[in-house]
Order: sequence, then structure tokens, then C-alpha cells
Amino acid sequence: MSEEHTNRPARGGGTWDYAPAPETMPVHVRETYPLFIGGEFVESTTGETFESINPATGEVLARVSRANSGDVDRAVASARTALEGDWGRMPAIERGKVLFRIARMIQEKARELAVLETMDGGKPIKESRDFDLPLAAAHFFHHGGWADKLTYAFPGRTPRPVGVAGQIIPWNFPLLMAAWKIAPALACGNTVVLKPAETTSVTALHLAEIFRDAGLPAGVVNVVTGAGDTGEMLVNHAGIDKIAFTGSTGVGKRIAAAVSGSGKRLTLELGGKAAHIVFDDAPLDEAVEGVVNGIYFNQGHVCCAGSRLFLQESIHDRFVEKLARRLETLRVGDPLDKNTDVGAVNSPGQLERIRELVASGHEEGATYHESSCPLPEKGYWHRPAFFTGVTASHRIAREEIFGPVLSVLTFRTTEEAIDRANNTCYGLSAGVWTDKGSRIFHLADRLAAGVIWANTYNRFDPASPFGGYRESGFGREGGRQGLAPYVALN
Amino acid sequence: MGFATRFSVPPVDATGAAERAGSFTKRSIKRESKGEGLRLAVSLMDLTTLEGADTEGKVTHLCRKARQPMAVRFNCPPCAAVCVYPTLVAHAKRELEGSSLGVAAVATGFPSGQFPLDVRLADVRAAVEAGADEIDMVISRGAFLAGKYDVVANEVAETKAACGEAHLKVIFETGELGSLDAVRLASQIAMEAGADFIKTSTGKVSPAATLPVTLVMLQAVRDFHAATGRRVGVKPAGGIRKAKEALQYLVMVKETVGEEWLTPALFRFGASSLLADVERQIAKLEDGNYQSARDFSKG
Repeated sequence: MSEEHTNRPARGGGTWDYAPAPETMPVHVRETYPLFIGGEFVESTTGETFESINPATGEVLARVSRANSGDVDRAVASARTALEGDWGRMPAIERGKVLFRIARMIQEKARELAVLETMDGGKPIKESRDFDLPLAAAHFFHHGGWADKLTYAFPGRTPRPVGVAGQIIPWNFPLLMAAWKIAPALACGNTVVLKPAETTSVTALHLAEIFRDAGLPAGVVNVVTGAGDTGEMLVNHAGIDKIAFTGSTGVGKRIAAAVSGSGKRLTLELGGKAAHIVFDDAPLDEAVEGVVNGIYFNQGHVCCAGSRLFLQESIHDRFVEKLARRLETLRVGDPLDKNTDVGAVNSPGQLERIRELVASGHEEGATYHESSCPLPEKGYWHRPAFFTGVTASHRIAREEIFGPVLSVLTFRTTEEAIDRANNTCYGLSAGVWTDKGSRIFHLADRLAAGVIWANTYNRFDPASPFGGYRESGFGREGGRQGLAPYVALN
Repeated sequence: MGFATRFSVPPVDATGAAERAGSFTKRSIKRESKGEGLRLAVSLMDLTTLEGADTEGKVTHLCRKARQPMAVRFNCPPCAAVCVYPTLVAHAKRELEGSSLGVAAVATGFPSGQFPLDVRLADVRAAVEAGADEIDMVISRGAFLAGKYDVVANEVAETKAACGEAHLKVIFETGELGSLDAVRLASQIAMEAGADFIKTSTGKVSPAATLPVTLVMLQAVRDFHAATGRRVGVKPAGGIRKAKEALQYLVMVKETVGEEWLTPALFRFGASSLLADVERQIAKLEDGNYQSARDFSKG
């Protein structure tokens, strides 16, 4: 044997894996995060704080101030002062410039914010880096452009600000939801009191720092952190003109009841149980990717997650096989690793909720398939999974799981697909996979959903309105339609 | 999807395929996995020279390079094969004697394939007689684009028969097929007709190998294996010049058909200039800095 053959490295057939690739950006996490009121970071009047946990480790990331009614009063008052003062008097084009500055500063700090978002919420760095942060910046850019052009959005009318907006956002896309809500409010000249979700307040306070440094006048955006009771104080506060809420349908209903008769405006973006419909002529491999993206993106903590997969019976077995195979290639683990596809479940409470619904799926006789991936020892985790043999009567086909668990159902004809897809109390989003263009338009007309994706899923753009029907809420965010809730027209 | 044919394939959504292919470029390949991946890429390489000006002298250089791409201290494996025109097969065979490397010959009227079938088959037999271990054939893109799928299937089957013991790689020249749907269909036809490998390109047409095209071929191979139990290899060829791209292909193979395909028996790179960059990167990993091109031997 000649010499060159002795140096072939000994490798077992097919064992090439990726080395750990942790994101190395150093970030400064404060020990305690204060409230942001009147352009300043202030302690809550009682000095009370609560813990924010890193769900990937179960360890305390930081402490966050708990706002009480006095703090909410101060925040609403400073928002009112700004509305009637500097901000209200600022020419629209200058307002737009501030929004553009905020957008640019988000881009400049994107890497740091992405790391913080991942540490606080458990989502993979790949997603906070490539999805949350670019889209958050895009919303400020988009709305910065609208600020001085509102008369074109509402031809023949005179749009004026609504007033002080109380905005309550969820924990699944903390920074992005803040951007979705704050950018249109500011573009239309309103002021804001923002209440982040209890488990994910950190990045909203880093965003507040950007607001201050970007020259946003004091009091235009205030951040009050806390649990549900803080949100309730905001909803019931007499100084608020408009409530915008994104979160669960249960809480949304309570808010709707609370503000009725108060004269406050309301938009709600609530839960979903989206139908993801795959026809037998669909591009199957791309459809598998769409389905994976639809349900495992952000651990399934997505209100528009494609959580009910409808497969045409003729392709059911083949598709399920492909899906099961694809499940095995998802990399689950350290959210800060750049190769991680599925991160940690946001909180123990949410993990409990997912497990409870998975147990109901077992009890009701559906067949469970899950990834064989190992899970980290510490933190809150759920393997990516799906149920087959699900019928419309199963709880897992009716209730929002909000986790990485998909329900697979079947249909025979186009009409049956439409009928079954609409058989839900929700109506936020839907997906259709078919090679036939005419069928896409037929379904888009008949599906009761605010957003319908064809041959793709989870696509977002600030110019495209997002929102639901039925118990998924009302009002739109993004685009021209998303400005409407924030303007008073003559 | 518009192809009236007995070959059954799902449609391909080009946007979705490109997006999926792009996801493989996002994997972060560092340190030991990079070193291992780069050496793996070398072991999967068909070092190629396909010029009208090729001579025995040129092929001698190439063969020596393929046997030992780098100095011993780099612990770099040899390439998988050298790929030459049929007239140079016998010489390449002599040069590679005593090594594990195979000789691949492009035959069947490469690169156009626009010759009568019996001429193309004679080309194959001559190359096999001269000692070729692998035959890289081209399909009749004219017949394919005219919808004569049976003609294509038949020529693949006949070439396979003419190969005897030699392995058959079927080149589609995907840059001429016009769509990913066509790539998927051509893959199915070639596999059903007996191809041991399916290969993207001749290297004479641009675009040659791309990630989305190779992805569709890998998916076809995976589904064919699931349906028949037979494993078919894939060879992207032409246009892959950077070590980083090679790693992206390896990621795609691993995550699409699985790690078992990461062997010369089932995956190859057809390339002439890729090796130079892979060498540079291996040396960089070992020594910590980039070296001048003159520090590496030419093939």
C-alpha cells in the first residue's frame, strides 16, 4: 500500500456533526430593570420587583419592577402631557424622522437585542436574529414613512391622533409585538403606555433606551412592567383612549367586557387554530417545509401557527412519513447556538398547558409521533411532535396548544377541506398548498381567516395587514388598515 | 404539473426549494466539524479535467494530485476519482495504479450528446475497455425537452447495459432543462432506468450545479430509496469553487438524505478548482493563518 493511503482519516460511515456554535456577542443584562415613565427609568413606588427567568436554564436572568396603580397613573399622566405638549405639537415629518432614527438604532443594536430576546424568551438565536429583529426594524421604517402621509391613507378625511393608547403585548415575540403596536401608534401621533408580558419584559426596556436616545420626547412611550393585574389597571384606567391587546382569547374576552361602555377604542389579536391544507397535487417537499415552519417556528408559540394540518387522504401516508423524517433533523437545544432550530418553552406554566393537551390527545386515542432528540436537563422543553388520527372532535383539534405539537386530520374533496377548516371558533390564519392557481383563489375566498398563505407560511411584511375573525379578535396591524385604529377621522 | 408521462413525480415549488436550500447555508460549521467536513469533501471529489487541450502530461499531474492532495502532515485523504475524456482513461488508469482512486470517463458524446445512440454506446464500451471504473453519460436534452421521456429512459438503460461492471452516472445538464420540475422528472427517469448516480452538469453550461437543483435531486433519491430500497448517488458538478460552498452541500446531504450518503459511493463533487480552496482552508485551520497559493501544489 502506498503512503498516501495510510493517511485517510478513520471515519465511521456517515458521522459528521456540527460543533457547538454559540452566539458570542457579549450583552449587558441589568440586575434589575426599572419602569420607563416620562422619559426616565424609575423604580416602582413600592420598590417591588419580580423575577424574569431564562427558560433554557430555569435560572433568574434579571429582576423587573412591578408597576402598581400609582405607577400606571404616572405613566398615563406623562403620556397625556406628551400628547398635549412636545409630541402633539411636533410636525408630522419630524415625527417620521424620530421613527426612522428608532428603526436605524434597532438595526445597529440588532445583534445585542437578539441575544437578549433569546435569553429572556427561549427562542432560537437564528429566529430572533433573522426574523424578530429585522421585522421589528422594518415596522418602524414602514410607519416612519406614513407619519406625514396619513391624509393619503384616508383620502378626503383629516386623521388626528386618538390619544393615549394602552398596549398590552404577549411573550411570544416580545420586541416584535412592541414594534407592531408602538410604530403605528406613534406614526399617527398618539402616545403609548406599554405593558409587556410578565415573563418577557427585558427587551421592551432596552427598546425604551433606544426611544430615549433616538430623541423621542419624554412621555411619548412609557413602559410599565408587571403581571396581569398591571394590565388590568391599564385597561380600566380612565385616562386611556384606546386599548390594543395581543394575547389569549380568554383574556381578550375579559378586556372586551371591561372596556365596553367606557368609550375606549379596542383592537384584539387573540388565539388561533389555523388550518394548513395540503392537496394531493401540492409540491410535497416544500409543503413539508411549510408545515414544519408553520408549527415548530418559535416552539409553536405563534398565534397564527398552522396547528391543524389537513391532508388529502390520497397523500396522507406519504406526507406523514416525510414529516416524521423531517422532524428528526430539527435540532433542539441551547437557543443561543446558531444551529438550533427549536428552543425552550417560554415558561413552566406554558409547558404544563402543552403537556395537558398532549395527554388529552393520548386519552382521546390519537397516535403520537415525536422527535427522538435528547432534551437538555435544565430548563423547560418539549420535543417537536405531531398527532395523527385526529378528528374534528378531539380537544387537540379545537383548542390552541401554543406549543410544538401539530394535529393531523384528513379530507377528501376541496369542499370538505373548506368545511372542516372553517369548523373552529378561531379565524386568524390559514395555509393552502396546491399546484393549481384557481384552487388557491377559490379557497382564499371561502376560508374564514384574516391571513391566508398559499404555498408558503408565516410570511410577514409591515405593509401587509394582520389580524383575525371570530374569536381571533378584530382590528388589523400593519399596512394602511393597521393605521385605522390609531386615527380619529372627522 | 404539466408532464404527461408514466413517471410519477410531485411538483416542485421553486421559491420554496430555493428557500430550503438557503437554510443549509445558515448552518454554522466551525472548528473540528469544519476540519472534518473539509477532509470529507476532498474524499468525495472527482478531480476533473475536461479540456480539448488535455494531454497525458496534464492527466499525470492531476492523478498525482488526486492521490495525495496535501502534504502528509495535514492528514488529508485522497480524492474519490479523476474524471477525464475517454482517450485519456488508459493513461489515468496507469497513473492511479495501486491506489483506491477510480477513473471516471465522460462518454456518450460528451458534452452535447447529439450523436446517434450506437455511436454513443460505442464511446461507452471503448471507455470501459480502456479501464474506466465509472461512466459519466449525458442525456439527450433535446429528446427530454421535446417530451420524449421514453427515449431518454431507453438511452439510460442501454448505456447502463454497455457499462457492464462500471458505475453509471447520468448527467442532466440541469442548466438546460429550464425548471426544477424537469430536474425532478429527469431524476426519476434516470433512476428507474438504472442510473447508479445522477449528476447535475457537464461543467460546460452555466448555471451548472446549484444548491436548489441538487436539493431536488437529493429529494428524488431519498424518495426513490424509500420506494424501492435502492440507493442512488448524487453528484453536483461545475460551479462549486469555494470550500464554504462544499460544506453547504454536505449540510444539505446530511439533512436531506442523511449521513449515510456522505460516502464516495453515494455522493461526489465534480470539480476542478474546488480542491485548491479546500486545501487553503485546511491549512488555515491547522496553522492558524492563510498561506500563499504558491505553497500548494497544482493538479
